[in-house]
Amino acid sequence: MTSKTCLVVDDSRVIRKVSRRILEEMGFEVAEAADGVEAMAWCAAVLPDVILLDWRMPNMDGLEFVRRLRAEPNGAAPKVVFCSVESDLDAIREALDAGADEYIMKPFDGGIVAGKLAALGVAA
Amino acid sequence: MIPTTNRIYLAALCLARAGLRIDSDKTYLLESRLGPVARREGFPSIEALIEKLRDGGDERLAWATVEAMLLPEAEFFRDRRMFETLSGEVLPAMARAAGGRPLRIWSAACGTGQEIYSLAMLLADAAGLGDRVELFASDLSERALEKAQAAAFSQFEVQRGLPARLLVRCFEKEGEAFVLSPRLRQMVRWRRVNLLDDVSALGRFDVILCRNLLPQLAPEAKDRVLQSLSGALLPGGRLVLGPGEAAGRGLTAIDPAIGLHAAATGDDVRSAA
Repeated sequence: MTSKTCLVVDDSRVIRKVSRRILEEMGFEVAEAADGVEAMAWCAAVLPDVILLDWRMPNMDGLEFVRRLRAEPNGAAPKVVFCSVESDLDAIREALDAGADEYIMKPFDGGIVAGKLAALGVAA
Repeated sequence: MIPTTNRIYLAALCLARAGLRIDSDKTYLLESRLGPVARREGFPSIEALIEKLRDGGDERLAWATVEAMLLPEAEFFRDRRMFETLSGEVLPAMARAAGGRPLRIWSAACGTGQEIYSLAMLLADAAGLGDRVELFASDLSERALEKAQAAAFSQFEVQRGLPARLLVRCFEKEGEAFVLSPRLRQMVRWRRVNLLDDVSALGRFDVILCRNLLPQLAPEAKDRVLQSLSGALLPGGRLVLGPGEAAGRGLTAIDPAIGLHAAATGDDVRSAA
């Protein structure tokens, strides 16, 4: 059985590294993108099973990325989990309405990521 | 390092008051749980706290110490399938069988409230169930009950088991805390209950949840708690234990993987559904 793939989209290299370690420990194959534009390019080539998505990024932010992704053919397939310092409920509501499946507030740990992904039925 | 005699004293105190089985060899456990109590109560060290306890006479301090040794239930929707089964199958069948009578549900070791609030969130919007249930929650720990009733959870706590969609629908942000909406808070009635005491005054219940407490209890205390909880079930009622927690005499496992049990004499409401 091939392992599931997760695309980590964050402009912080440190966060990408932390997320990668958590996801690889869970058995995911991990790819990285530094903003929404890179993430769109990645998704045009191959759709991941899960996308862990930062909100505030240069070039294209998370909100715009998820709206564009969901408008693509097959763009509904990946589970999109926002992962942002934004913790106001209106912001979280906006992210979910834009097409995100789940939302993680930073700072997070492996337990939170594992719990959210398990609830979405995408444990690796 | 807490001396052996004091560790044995603490274990005996927890056993006598709450039936808790504390391994007196686990020094680190005692220290990590009692350090905060000692600080909060103004003692310079855990040793000083224990000396005061051994002098006797301070009931409040004794209970604060015992409470601190309880492992609280602190996750929303812990064991998701249990909640789905309860709200999707067990309770609808019970509601049909009960006629117009409200269903009584008791979270008997509620900790800081995540279990009963998870149920409240599910039931509030379940057609025909929201106004048919009476939710009760109890715990040994006053501190846990205070926090439960305040229903203010940290960012870390609301990310444990709680789906984001329920977070935005059921909570309001107040400063750094996420507070459950008054509508849901008001569904639950609270009381401090030591399950070793006589619980018959609480009445009888359609569903009693008591998950992850029994493994913390000494064998005699466990038997006693199971007996009182079984006795507090209405005919056809259900006792929900933690997954894999053995129920013993007087109870029949309906779905052991989610800890669902029936009183042995009760008719099986769920299979009749």
